[in-house]
This record gives sequence, C-alpha cells and structure tokens, in this order.
Amino acid sequence: MTTTSITVDGSALVWHLLGRADDALVLGHRLSEWTGHAPALEEELALANIALDLIGQARAIYGYTGTLSGHTEDQLAYLRDVPAWRNSLLVELPNGDFAVTIARLLLFSAFADPLWRAATTSTDAMIAAIAAKAEKETAYHVRHAAEWLIRLGDGTAESHRRAQDALDDLWPYTGELFTIAETDAALIAGGTIADPASLRATWDATVDATLSRATLVRPEDRWMQSGGRKGQHTEHLGHLLAEMQYLQRSYPGATW
Amino acid sequence: MVDATSLRDRALAVLETVTDPEIPVLTITDLGILRDVRVRGDTVEVTITPTYSGCPAMNMITLDIETALARAGIKSSIHTILSPAWTTDWLTDAGRRKLAAYGIAPPEHTGSRRALFGEEHPACPLCGSKDTELISEFGSTACKALHRCRACREPFDAFKCH
Repeated sequence: MTTTSITVDGSALVWHLLGRADDALVLGHRLSEWTGHAPALEEELALANIALDLIGQARAIYGYTGTLSGHTEDQLAYLRDVPAWRNSLLVELPNGDFAVTIARLLLFSAFADPLWRAATTSTDAMIAAIAAKAEKETAYHVRHAAEWLIRLGDGTAESHRRAQDALDDLWPYTGELFTIAETDAALIAGGTIADPASLRATWDATVDATLSRATLVRPEDRWMQSGGRKGQHTEHLGHLLAEMQYLQRSYPGATW
Repeated sequence: MVDATSLRDRALAVLETVTDPEIPVLTITDLGILRDVRVRGDTVEVTITPTYSGCPAMNMITLDIETALARAGIKSSIHTILSPAWTTDWLTDAGRRKLAAYGIAPPEHTGSRRALFGEEHPACPLCGSKDTELISEFGSTACKALHRCRACREPFDAFKCH
C-alpha cells in the first residue's frame, strides 16, 4: 500500500464544484448498490440508469474541477479521504429499504432539478455546458422517484408506513441542501452559481405535490443536520469510500 | 507533404464506418455526435459530444474512432466537448429511419422540456400502431425507454426525446 491521499488546496469554485460532484457520485454509488437486488427487473434497470446518469455528471464536474485544482478526475474520486468530501449528508446515508431509497431520490432530485436548470445560465461556460445535459437527466429522476413514492404512499398499509417512516427519517437531512459555504457568496454574486435558497420554492412545490398525491404527511421542519459541506460526515461515508476507493488504494495508478 | 483537404476527406470516409457499439446500425454521423473534423499537421483532430452524461459507449466510441483511423494509416487525436449539448434533434433523418428499421422507435418530438414530460406514444416499430404504452422510462441503455404495443402486444425500445 503505497498510495497517498491527495490534498485539495482549491479556490472557492473548486470546493463548490466538489460539493456538486460529490453529491452526484455518492448518490450514484448508493443507487448502484441496488444492482442485483431491485424489486423488479424494470426497476433494476431504472436505478442503474439513474446511477449512471449521476456518475456521468460527477465525472464531467470532476473533469472540470481537476483543470482548476491540478488533479485528474480519478484522483478526485479515489484519493480523497473523508474530510475532503463535500457531499451533503443526505446522499451518503445507507439505502435502507426501497422506500428510503425512493424518498431520498425524490428529496435530492427535487433539489438537483431546479439547481441544474438555474446552472444552465451560469456565467461559467463549463458549468452551463454540464448543466445543459444534467438538467434533462435530472428531470427524469424527479419523475421516476415521484411516481414510485406516490405508489408506495398510496399503496398498501405496509408500503404507506414505510414511505412515511422513510420521509420522517430523511427530513432532517434536507435542510443542508439549501445551505451555502461562506466562500459561495462571491460565486453567487458573480452569477457563477445559483443561490440554493432561491431553489426552495420549486423544491417545496415538487415535494408537496408528490406527498399530497402519495397521501403522505410532510414532516415539520425541526432541527436540521449539516456538516457534509464542511467535510464533517456520518460514519457511513467512510464505509462507502472504503469500497469505492479499494482498487485505487490497493493498486495505485491502476488503469483499464 | 500531406494535402490537408484530401486527408480530411479520407478521415471522413473512415468516420462514416464507425458505429455506436450499443446501437450498431447507427454511425456516429447518424447519431449527430460527430461535431468537428479538422487537420492539424499530419494529425486529424476529431471532436465528439456525448449523448448522455454517463453514456458508457463514449469511451468505446473514442477507441473505435482511433482504431479505425489508425487502420487507415491516419494519426488522430479525439476530443470530447459538452457544449452545445446534444439533443435528439441532432439525429439525422437517415438515422431515424435506421432506428425504426432496427426495431427502436425513433424520437418524434424535439428535445424540449415539454416533450420530455409530454405523454409520448411512439408508433410501434414492428406493426406501426400508435396504440402503445410506456412500461419504463429507463430501458436497456441510458438513451432508451421501454414501451409496449397494445395492438401487436410486442414490447419495444424507444429512443428518448432529449
């Protein structure tokens, strides 16, 4: 084991982009864990497809971030330790049952959808280009998650109970999506990124419309968990990275 | 001394033979992902753009382009660009016909957000009926959805409007 972790000494934009890329890669990895375990073949394909979209988005962002920070896409994905990850806590939580996976996918995609749409008008041409692809993919993710959540919530007593439990458990992790790092302020002012607070109304509308059709109750906003955007993660991320980074850590520099 | 115009023409003829590994009836020109071909010195620079962010065929296509050009004795470098973003509007008419003949319903509408969320009822590529239904928005590859024909009862893939 001769591999060493990289340290990222980046600009405000680098850290911001890592947050976006890490959200996509970590959630993509979580969804890929369903491969071989999904409840139906069509759903197996759907979750794998969504994972692929997310990992593709992550690759595009890492590629661009790397040109700013002096790293390769693989270094950013495989050679950072937990404190250097900037994903929200929501995406790193374990998949739980199918209801948790679907509820999380809705809560995240309902945020990512307006986020990428807003990013299509970024003053940064690369961000706008990545967003132009991501926003169409994300629109499918929202719809897929919403359709499933409606079926689970408005399904049997058991599926309803599980969907409501999933929502209640995940809710405290949704607040972090709308937080910004101190260094993001200048990027927002310059039109490089959108202020996540401005996405709130769209997120609320998507989530409320879905929950109402799903006969699920929107949990109250109480204490919100945060820390992921500052590199303070739950124990779950370390386990995820141990699996995801295994190959590069064990065989440094390995390529296909 | 290499004649740039004839080198480019030779390269274009070679590129006409490179197909999508997941939809082998379509060439990269049919798909509309071949964005630019230019000659710099003795090297042909090829620019392509991905259909979907996570399209796993892109690496394969890059390799196939390099290999096909190398086999024709042409040195190449392949670049990927993201902007302007590919949409299904870039599929050529020939590409659409080939898709239908291959059993994949081509995208009917423009790649607008409305089309993305409209009710899509692509005609069955097997019997031609418009009486079709969606089974899953996620099919065998990132760019396809799974539908079923109510008339002939056969399932079929449809290229997603994007």
